[in-house]
Amino acid sequence: MTELLTHTTRPAVPPVKSAAPAVAPASAPKTRRRLGPGRAVPFGRLIGPVLVIALWWAASATGYLDPRILSAPGTVLSTASDLVSSGRLQDNVLISLQRAGLGLFFGVGAGVLLAVAAGLSRTGEYLLDGPLQIKRAIPSLAMLPLLILWLGIGEQMKVTVIALGVAVNMYINTYASLTGIDSRYVELAEGLDLSRAQFIRKVVVPGSLPGFFVGLRLGVTASWLGLIVVEQINATSGIGYMMFQAQQYAQSDVIIVGLVAYGIFGFASDAAVRAVERKVLSWRRTLAG
Amino acid sequence: MATHPGGLTAPGATALAPRPAIRTRKLVRRFGDRDILKELDLTVAPGEFTALLGRSGSGKSTLLRAVARLDHMVAGSGELTVPDRVSLSFQDSRLLPWLRLIDNVTLGLRGPGARERGLTALAEVGLEGRDRSWPHELSGGEQQRAALARALVREPELLLADEPFGALDALTRIKMHDLLRELYERHRPAVLLVTHDVDEAVELADRVLVLEDGRISVDLTVDLPTPRSRRDPRFQEYRDTLLTALGVAQPQPQPQPLTEAKKDSR
Repeated sequence: MTELLTHTTRPAVPPVKSAAPAVAPASAPKTRRRLGPGRAVPFGRLIGPVLVIALWWAASATGYLDPRILSAPGTVLSTASDLVSSGRLQDNVLISLQRAGLGLFFGVGAGVLLAVAAGLSRTGEYLLDGPLQIKRAIPSLAMLPLLILWLGIGEQMKVTVIALGVAVNMYINTYASLTGIDSRYVELAEGLDLSRAQFIRKVVVPGSLPGFFVGLRLGVTASWLGLIVVEQINATSGIGYMMFQAQQYAQSDVIIVGLVAYGIFGFASDAAVRAVERKVLSWRRTLAG
Repeated sequence: MATHPGGLTAPGATALAPRPAIRTRKLVRRFGDRDILKELDLTVAPGEFTALLGRSGSGKSTLLRAVARLDHMVAGSGELTVPDRVSLSFQDSRLLPWLRLIDNVTLGLRGPGARERGLTALAEVGLEGRDRSWPHELSGGEQQRAALARALVREPELLLADEPFGALDALTRIKMHDLLRELYERHRPAVLLVTHDVDEAVELADRVLVLEDGRISVDLTVDLPTPRSRRDPRFQEYRDTLLTALGVAQPQPQPQPLTEAKKDSR
């Protein structure tokens, strides 16, 4: 009975409540407060970097910045052109690119193979996933002393260190994406009597590509990181070596040229991977469009 | 349709009749220590359109998955005979988002002319010229029609459909009912349609089963000419019989608003 009473009184409540908000719009005719970031300015992203260079240039020109600490932008540019005309920059860049490329190649191959083996069979999962998750907790660069002990200080060690860092990134992301494939799609493939080869080609590979590309982008970054470290250990060539030498002779302009080279390669390689990703994953409809 | 021999005659006689599309004997499926299907016997004749009703938890989906032979990890026993060519359609269209429509429809098709067959099937469901579209470019109803094309392009002897219209809006659902019935008349596969919608079952199927507590409790032959009208008094009769079998109280004006109000207050 009491329950019935509360129900009958309930409808009387809403009209009272609705009277309050009815007043609010009349007293607030302006548009609502904007909480989003607002409209974009063309090339607005360039403002920050340009400002930094302008400050650097101004500080150097007024003599506020000691050239032994940081060379002026003009000096860096002329040093770069000297390095290019003597061929020193190209030689070092080429050897660095070769190391990073080889490391990336072997790392991607190994990471994907391991991910497929662990993702598609229980045996693979039990044998591979545990060690690789443990390996993930150890930074690749921490393995450096052991790898130098095993492989010496030659090219083999350098490529191995880079490949290790890449492989772990590739494995973790590809494997996560592969095991995350919707089980409904697996059920569909079973219902359509797909062969194992068809299943891998039509479901597994396309389904794990998003993770593959996340891994690839992280892997490319990891390859540059590995490169920088290995090129400062008993190297006789490469951008890192060039910078290390410059440090000995206090040539901050050469160091800056090396940093810019690393930056350009890092940025360009990431942009390249993203471009390929956009093309390959064109079926995806995401927020980024 | 009403005189098919399954279920009533002796096993010897069944062997002489055309091979049934589905035949189960003492089918048991068990999750943990709970039997979901309890020695279920079911025979569906070739070309017979059967709807399977049941409350949630009654074992509808378990039965469908058993007949589709998709229950790898499920404990059970009993006999099960199904034809070679079985197609499945699900509540979601389950189109692979990374394949274009035509590749989705012909997925797993073998032999020459697969593409042509796929195009024909797409045209049959009214998606002519959309073969190069991505699944996400289609509306929900169109996706479900594409899924139907994928099921039919395999020329199934048995079509298993698990609430295929459950996620569609009411208007699209009416169109899909007509399309399914039309495609059925043309291809004549045996159909097992799992649904929770009594009206849908009576409108589409020639035989309606009610699954209750792991067994078939009602086996009703719908003897109405197609297309069927929901306003036909005999339609209402079938409907009421099935609703009663499902344990749904007949609508009475008095208690209905009370229970509604109780729900609202929470």
